[in-house]
Amino acid sequence: MKEKSFKILSPCGILGYGFPDESFNRAIEMSPDAIVVDAGSTDAGPHKLGAGVAIVSKMAAKKDLRRIITAGYKLGIPVIIGSAGGSGGEVHVKWTLAIIDEILREEGIKDLKQAIVWADIPKAAVREAMRKGEVVPLGTSVPQLEEKALEETTAIVAQMGIEPIIKALESHAGLIICGRAYDPAPFAAVGVYNGYPKALSYHMGKVLECGALCCNPGTTKDCMMGELFEDHFDVYPADPRRKCNTTSVAAHTFYEKDHPFILHGPGIIQDLERCTFVQKAENRVSVYGSDMRDSDGYWIKLEGARLQAYRTFVIAGVRDPILISKLDEVEKAVQASVEKQYEEIDRSLYTIMFYNYGINAVMGDLEPLKDVPHEVGVLFQVVASTQEIASAICASLRSTFMHYGYEGRKATAGNLAFPFAPSDVEFGKVFEFSVYHLMKVSDPCSFFPLEARE
Amino acid sequence: MTRLVELAKVLRSKNSGPFEITLDVLFDDKASYERVKKSGVIDYPAIMKAYSLRRQDISCIVFFDSAMGVKITFNRPISSGSMADRDVYGAQQHAPLMELLIPEQEERM
Repeated sequence: MKEKSFKILSPCGILGYGFPDESFNRAIEMSPDAIVVDAGSTDAGPHKLGAGVAIVSKMAAKKDLRRIITAGYKLGIPVIIGSAGGSGGEVHVKWTLAIIDEILREEGIKDLKQAIVWADIPKAAVREAMRKGEVVPLGTSVPQLEEKALEETTAIVAQMGIEPIIKALESHAGLIICGRAYDPAPFAAVGVYNGYPKALSYHMGKVLECGALCCNPGTTKDCMMGELFEDHFDVYPADPRRKCNTTSVAAHTFYEKDHPFILHGPGIIQDLERCTFVQKAENRVSVYGSDMRDSDGYWIKLEGARLQAYRTFVIAGVRDPILISKLDEVEKAVQASVEKQYEEIDRSLYTIMFYNYGINAVMGDLEPLKDVPHEVGVLFQVVASTQEIASAICASLRSTFMHYGYEGRKATAGNLAFPFAPSDVEFGKVFEFSVYHLMKVSDPCSFFPLEARE
Repeated sequence: MTRLVELAKVLRSKNSGPFEITLDVLFDDKASYERVKKSGVIDYPAIMKAYSLRRQDISCIVFFDSAMGVKITFNRPISSGSMADRDVYGAQQHAPLMELLIPEQEERM
């Protein structure tokens, strides 16, 4: 008799990143029991959460969602989307729902039961937890959360664990749209709901949430299968040209985590130190020995962003070797001149920054090499309390830099090669993560309400 | 002496959340991994020097035998995507690590 198992298809690492039709069709022929896709990430910075925009285009999200939703519907298996719209806030979930509605209408699907699990955290709840000392910074460089930062934060989400998603599965929804979720949680939830051990389900979710990134060559843009058994799980790519071996899967546990084998999630601590990786077949790796324990209290990770400033920037090239040899000095002089030209604007209202590509733009003061290149890309930016100030100061910076008469100059017609006209780019709002804290909760589901949708 | 980049299969940097950078060095042969691990070159003073960090800014340096890799995680000076950041994904902060010099393995008796 064939051993009982449960197959989860992860079509790609981020919903909207795309996946080849051939891979997806092959994966569907393998008869998955669920399709789960992670749509989220904080990797692209605080702007998506703060400004309420998605991380992929509508066109990209719709293309992926259409294939996933119609395949799941035809097979009669659950489809789960984690961290809808990228940041998983209300506006991001609603953006996703609007796309889903278009697809269902266009495909003539009328009887797909849906469930939404929201992940927005009211400020009042955070304030209450702060009073009880139950909000702590996540990391030693994150400041304690203060009322001012909380007040300025545009929206707060929290990463849900498996519990609210299991509730959605219990409602027999065919399509579950989750707000912000711990990346592996939607995968783990469907495994646990179907009776598989939590530690295996979570570890398999951790591998699957990145699509085929655990393969060689690895990519987030291809389909990966995970299969849960009683005492282990298997992973294998839908495209046999991708090599999946014990090293590539073991190495993947490192990815984007602060520790190689201790992973903290909502209510849990995974311990993967004693895992063993076995090559079961070509391109199929079995993982044994995933361990986990409940954490001391159930803590959820809060994420929130606030407006920091407005930015205007210019990109220009410098090819003159005399200027390149004294670039830092010239930039300082240009900045001083601009500050003097705008004496009436308080210095605390704006900041001028130069990034010299070719010298040390990527690493700043940490750059160990001091080579002098023949060409430098200069990016200068002004961030200010208003867009108007940012643009005014930046324009002045550009014209001063362009014509600045530094000592030893021979090229008296101009210092900068602008690739574009106009040269100044109004970037708009700059956000920062103002909330990145853990909050203690008594019930893993209380902040993640379930909403049925027909 | 051999540069670390020549022994490693993967040597990368990335955000681990918006407030931390994590460096991964992964090997595809046991000999190189053991050589680097036993050399003791990747330690707190070396990372503090390469990235101008205080000891308390480094949250971990951990060798993981079963994955043949070492992970180094430290605080970002500027959080991801905020106004003075230079590398939103933290994906290009690994170059100084490449240049660490690993001594030849001692002769076995």
